[in-house]
Amino acid sequence: MITGELLVRVLKNIGIKMNENKQLLTELDAAIGDADHGINMNKGFAAVSKKLEEVKSDDCGEILKTTAMTLISTVGGASGPLYGTAFLKASIVAKGKIELDKKTIIKMFEEAIKGIVMRGKAQIGEKTMLDALIPAYEALKESIEQGDELSIAFNKATYAACEGVEKTKNIIATKGRASYLGERSIGHQDPGATSSYLMIKAIADTLI
Amino acid sequence: MKKIINNPENVVNEMLEGIVKAYPEYVKRVEGFDVLVRANLKEKVTLVSGGGSGHEPSHGGFVGEGMLDGAIAGEVFTSPTPDQVFEAIKAVDQGKGVLLVIKNYTGDVMNFEMAMELADAEGIKVESVVVNDDVAVENSTYTTGRRGIAGTIFVHKIAGAAAEKGLKLDEVKRIAEKVIKNVRSMGMALTPCTIPAVGKPGFELPEDEMEIGLGIHGEPGTHRDKIKNAREIVTHLMDKILADIQINENEEVVVLVNGLGGTPLMELYIANNEVDKILKEKGIKTYKTIVGNYMTSIEMAGFSISILKLDDELKELLDEKADTPAFKQI
Repeated sequence: MITGELLVRVLKNIGIKMNENKQLLTELDAAIGDADHGINMNKGFAAVSKKLEEVKSDDCGEILKTTAMTLISTVGGASGPLYGTAFLKASIVAKGKIELDKKTIIKMFEEAIKGIVMRGKAQIGEKTMLDALIPAYEALKESIEQGDELSIAFNKATYAACEGVEKTKNIIATKGRASYLGERSIGHQDPGATSSYLMIKAIADTLI
Repeated sequence: MKKIINNPENVVNEMLEGIVKAYPEYVKRVEGFDVLVRANLKEKVTLVSGGGSGHEPSHGGFVGEGMLDGAIAGEVFTSPTPDQVFEAIKAVDQGKGVLLVIKNYTGDVMNFEMAMELADAEGIKVESVVVNDDVAVENSTYTTGRRGIAGTIFVHKIAGAAAEKGLKLDEVKRIAEKVIKNVRSMGMALTPCTIPAVGKPGFELPEDEMEIGLGIHGEPGTHRDKIKNAREIVTHLMDKILADIQINENEEVVVLVNGLGGTPLMELYIANNEVDKILKEKGIKTYKTIVGNYMTSIEMAGFSISILKLDDELKELLDEKADTPAFKQI
């Protein structure tokens, strides 16, 4: 079970992770894009952490909706609408709930991914954040279905996300700014997949 | 990093303040937002454009009579957020509809689309066009298509003139799309640029090399090469541009030789001289030539060439009056 209080801690830890990896994400982006991913993600989640101080509700849906709207209005670029939409879709599943059980978490994750697919018009295997998120979702779902604790399930998801990020190195980008590079994007890991991996890792780290 | 700034976090805000103080007769700021709107809005279809900052004078510099009515400045090289775009739409809407001019970058397209959804929900009539003039990028294999770069200026100018003449939204959109269909661009760079918040150059380029076909955000180009002279560089870019669009002998074009921010006008004029020679050799007529910094990439040294094929309609609108801080035509 994830309570509202724990959920806020998860989101704040994502912020800490983004701050720690600001440079890494920016450097990954510089290789194939425009060198702003780390800056924007850090800025967005710093704003989320600040905004969450004002949310007095235990409603997980409310917390996630605040997160979504803050990301949409501070991140910009492609990551703002994509992550914003993901959190917004998850918030709809969590609406009115003061605790998130395993089944709800799987559903939230699923809806979040659907949101990204819809907004970004992308699929797995196109060198995007989905290449980390979809394997993570599948690992999480499988683990929970096997009866694992949430913390273990998120650890397995982190591992799957990390593998997904590695795989992005071998893909020619066809989505996002890296797509303009075509073959030159080979050899570079995707910054969006990397920030997604960091997010999953932050969740896993918080649940331990 | 050597830059005349205060705090990297405040560059966009302070730049906008500076623009408003320089051109109060042209633009005013929407309070609390990174949005500039025309000081004297007219009852007509309105045009909104924008994108990341760092491309000055794009986009705020083109707000004024005959061009844009609103411009949104995102963070440096980052597309603006939907709420900012939505504010711009609301601020300029005169009830006759708003046309959004978007450059084809995933982030821009998504954020502008979300803003359109917000505007639709409020009952504001909004349409959009996506500029994709950069021939450096193949558009057959890659579904996101090509980038939008300096050719966007022609969309602002010509669609802006159409709106100023009182044409309806669907007509203004049709004309904007016609410009997009007929404009091709390609650029190159000699040096990288530094995003203030990053503090170091986006990429490294050896002293004797140049990057061909790169985008306006310092994102890597199609390839690198040993630096060549102006004639060879221009020939390469023009070959790519003219291979992509059919322009027959005696047809007319307008040429834009656009500096990326760090290249002296002297070099842009030299490049333009080569462009002109190539067009003459092919029997293509240059109706008008524009040389200068219009769509820059902070202090990147380099330039792009844009060629717009004209017909009578586009020519007439091109000739209409424009009075903006960065583009004036009597």
